[in-house]
Amino acid sequence: MTDSIKLQVKNLNFYYGAFHALKNINMNIPAGKVTAFIGPSGCGKSTLLRIFNRMFELYPNLRAEGELLLDGKNILGRDIDVNLLRAKVGMVFQKPTPFPMSIYDNIAFGIKLYERLPKSEMDDRIEWALKKAALWEEVKNKLKQSGHSLSGGQQQRLCIARAVANRPEVLLLDEPTSALDPISTAQIEELVHELKENYTIAIVTHNMQQAARVSDYTAYMYLGDLIEFGETDAIFTAPKQKATEDYITGKFG
Amino acid sequence: MDNALYRRRRLVNSFNKTMSFLTVAFGLFWLVWILYTLLKLGLGGLSLDVFTQITPPPGSQGGLANAIYGSLLMTLFGTLIGTPVGILAGVYLAEFGNRGWLAPTTRFINDILLSAPSIVIGLFIYEVYVVSVGHFSGWAGSLALSLLVIPVVVRTTENMLRLVPNSLREAASALGAPQWKVIMSVTLRASKAGVITGILLAVARISGETAPLLFTALNNQFWNSNMNAPMANLPIVIFQFAMSPYEDWHTLAWAGSLLITFSVLTLNILARWFGSQQTSSH
Repeated sequence: MTDSIKLQVKNLNFYYGAFHALKNINMNIPAGKVTAFIGPSGCGKSTLLRIFNRMFELYPNLRAEGELLLDGKNILGRDIDVNLLRAKVGMVFQKPTPFPMSIYDNIAFGIKLYERLPKSEMDDRIEWALKKAALWEEVKNKLKQSGHSLSGGQQQRLCIARAVANRPEVLLLDEPTSALDPISTAQIEELVHELKENYTIAIVTHNMQQAARVSDYTAYMYLGDLIEFGETDAIFTAPKQKATEDYITGKFG
Repeated sequence: MDNALYRRRRLVNSFNKTMSFLTVAFGLFWLVWILYTLLKLGLGGLSLDVFTQITPPPGSQGGLANAIYGSLLMTLFGTLIGTPVGILAGVYLAEFGNRGWLAPTTRFINDILLSAPSIVIGLFIYEVYVVSVGHFSGWAGSLALSLLVIPVVVRTTENMLRLVPNSLREAASALGAPQWKVIMSVTLRASKAGVITGILLAVARISGETAPLLFTALNNQFWNSNMNAPMANLPIVIFQFAMSPYEDWHTLAWAGSLLITFSVLTLNILARWFGSQQTSSH
């Protein structure tokens, strides 16, 4: 791997109470690329993603051990402000989660947390974010409407715009298209392609074609183990592990 | 196809339908009768005087102005004291109450408070407030009412916040919002209609309460805006006037009952409306 490394996972273990959910994960996630995580349900892909922004800490009895280096700095350390970390590592979830406010305010919410912008700059930033998420043309005349008034696919792009508006360095996508129709899915995949120029993207997906289409690197996980990790082309054409091949070709999973 | 079985099922079905219709009719019958009596006897006593004159001595002209004013004032302050406490406690239970022993204990005590007879609340305020300041007062009445507001608001606030999906909390946290910001801007906002419904129901509950005011606000024949003095209020005036032997007092008592019933009805309709806003926003 010649790309520069954005996120380095070192001997990472994760526990749900007594259950050992991630077993000694080691991997390097390259900067400015799309890394896909595939594997059957319950293998720990989402769990891993939710460690990258310490989202798991919202719940009791969950524990991560090991190191997770973002630009060389361990983000699992006690000295890390978790809110600042999350501003830097954005996340989009499986189901669209518009806030109960206008489209405009949905995006302004995250920006206002860390920046005090004059109205005109705020407007510009919101337009920029909506354009990044390929939603601007559809909503530019109804920014004051509730975010709930949008269709599912539009809501999900609103969530992407919301994450992008914060100008994070890493973008975590947790099955972002699993609740969407094929057209919305295609739009979001297109978006992922464009966004990777500026962001490091990690995407969890159940759809192997999607992983093949959008990612540069792919990680195959099974029962909490990282089975294989490498360039997507290599993983999909010449997997080194028999287990990976079986999963990709549909013999298993 | 077994036709006998099918006929039997149809028979059972129509029997059940008839029975449930009859029970509904039975319940509604009393309700309609109550409302009819209220309207018949109350409307006769309702005049402009009711809203402009103070409670009269027997045999002379008068109204309920001081009682209406006192009721409004004490309901207002009872709500103003009880609502913030209730909302904050509800937020604590829903958003922070997943670990430790404090939240389950609070929830349990709140449930007791919710079903405590209101006369006990009145006695309690009498003992801790009225006795120590030495006289009945509007404040004592407001305090007693606020103790009735709190458990209702705590319960509805917690329930409404729990209806907010965790995915919304996660989404807000994922942007780097601190927890208080997530609660204030996202989860409370998402459950706003439900929380308001709870407050309205609490107001509806206290606006007809008599027992907690008996030993706290007492009553007052005169116009009084001093919250530190005994204060007239509709429920107790109704109680006093209805028990009296005087015909004109009876008429005023009916008018007061009509007023309370319809304001509670209005509050309930408002609460329903807000409640429906809540469900349609999800």
